[in-house]
Amino acid sequence: MLQVRDLRVCHGRVPAVHDVSLSLAAGEILAVVGANGAGKSTLLRAIAGLMRAEAGTIELEGRDIGGLPAHQRVPLGLALVPEGRHLFPRLTVQRNLELGAFTRRDRGEVAASLEAALETFPILRERRAQLAGTLSGGEQQMLAIARGLMSKPRLLLLDEPSWGVAPIVVSRIFETIQAVNRTGVAILLVEQNVKRALSVAHRAAVIQTGRVVAEGTGAELLRSDLVRRAYLGM
Amino acid sequence: MLLLQTILSGVLIGLVYALVAVGLTLIFGVMDIVNFAHGEFLMLGMYASFWGFALWKLDPLFTLPLTALLLFGVGAALYRVVIRRITDAPMLSQIFTTFGLMILFRGLAQYFWSPDFRSVEGSVLTGKVAFAGLQFGLPQVVAALGAVATSGAVWWFLRSTRLGAALEATAADKEAAALMGIDAQKMFALAWGLGAACAGVAGALLSTTFPIFPEVGASFILFAFVLVALGGFGSVAGAFWAGILVGVVEVVGGFLWDPAYKLVLVLSLYLLVVWLRPQGLMGKA
Repeated sequence: MLQVRDLRVCHGRVPAVHDVSLSLAAGEILAVVGANGAGKSTLLRAIAGLMRAEAGTIELEGRDIGGLPAHQRVPLGLALVPEGRHLFPRLTVQRNLELGAFTRRDRGEVAASLEAALETFPILRERRAQLAGTLSGGEQQMLAIARGLMSKPRLLLLDEPSWGVAPIVVSRIFETIQAVNRTGVAILLVEQNVKRALSVAHRAAVIQTGRVVAEGTGAELLRSDLVRRAYLGM
Repeated sequence: MLLLQTILSGVLIGLVYALVAVGLTLIFGVMDIVNFAHGEFLMLGMYASFWGFALWKLDPLFTLPLTALLLFGVGAALYRVVIRRITDAPMLSQIFTTFGLMILFRGLAQYFWSPDFRSVEGSVLTGKVAFAGLQFGLPQVVAALGAVATSGAVWWFLRSTRLGAALEATAADKEAAALMGIDAQKMFALAWGLGAACAGVAGALLSTTFPIFPEVGASFILFAFVLVALGGFGSVAGAFWAGILVGVVEVVGGFLWDPAYKLVLVLSLYLLVVWLRPQGLMGKA
């Protein structure tokens, strides 16, 4: 599905991601965990095309997408739900969802997707005529994920989905992520909530100062001393 | 009765001001670039109408859709050729660029079409409209109606179409729009095209009543800037309502006090609004 090889991304002249390689199989959840500033968001932004890679390759379903601008990667089946959600606060919930389907050519089926999104996130149906900026943190995150799904991606990149979400709603978000994954969408999850991320992920990579320092199944990493000491405080 | 007549005359001209400002605020809202050459789009719209009439006896009212299309092309092409290169440049470079374009367009108009005042004489739009004891010039009424229709069309486009939503999304958050698969370059070109078309339509609507000359844009651009700030930067609806307000203040003030001071009144109103409500009437705080 996704194959990242020796990716290097810089903020100005400072490298934020050093020679990272990752691969993600179809239908898999891969979590990338690490401390704040480890380069996780930069990695996702480079895969989505919002930042240019200095070196390395990014392949989506065998196709090299490293040279494409962000907006051309969306119709290839890749969607990023960015950190901080980046909804369109002055547009309604429904308009936000419709914009998620901007690149789709099967316009007749967009209405069905919208219906499916409202089915998955019933709270959005109640709020569909409201401005996105008036939703609570949890509702905004639901909307951001739903909007990401409106492009019918085969790979969904999620950046800190628990950010700014009330603790009791976090479980709901992670259940949703698993539900989305069960529909066949591969997920690359970046998350500071390491325990949660590792418990939903099939596989995970630990990233430190822009480098992958450990890899394994979620369960393996939850047991590893490195992860327990550095991220779980045990 | 006379006051009512004056107020309505103010509304009529205000609607045309509003259309010029709608185009300007659209470009600003999407790109954060102040287009000092906006008055020149209006000038080009006037000359397009004039030449259609002078060369082929085509009435400005009938060539209006063509003028709109032509100016859309000018705006979009200007984006592709020039503005695209300064989207990330410092604000000062952007100001110099659009200011330079203003001078360039005026110079070209002078070179090719001479600095003479031109006018369209004998358009189908002559005569007066009378109702309920009030009288208005037909060209002014048609210009106002055309301005409302065009502003309304822009409003509808932004509110109800897929491309309009994409334009608003780009204005609100360029990165998020890119993540929706929206090509910002296309949206910027669209904003410039629409903005220029609005000014061009205003020019065509004014061509039967105003003298046409290379610097004519200057008479409207100051008001357009006032309206954009007054309505709230980037707010199409704000610019529209501010246009009507300024038209009324201008004409009624000129009537009650002295036409020589009408600019003082308009600019005082502007200062008052930005003092009490810096984000403008309908601006995003």
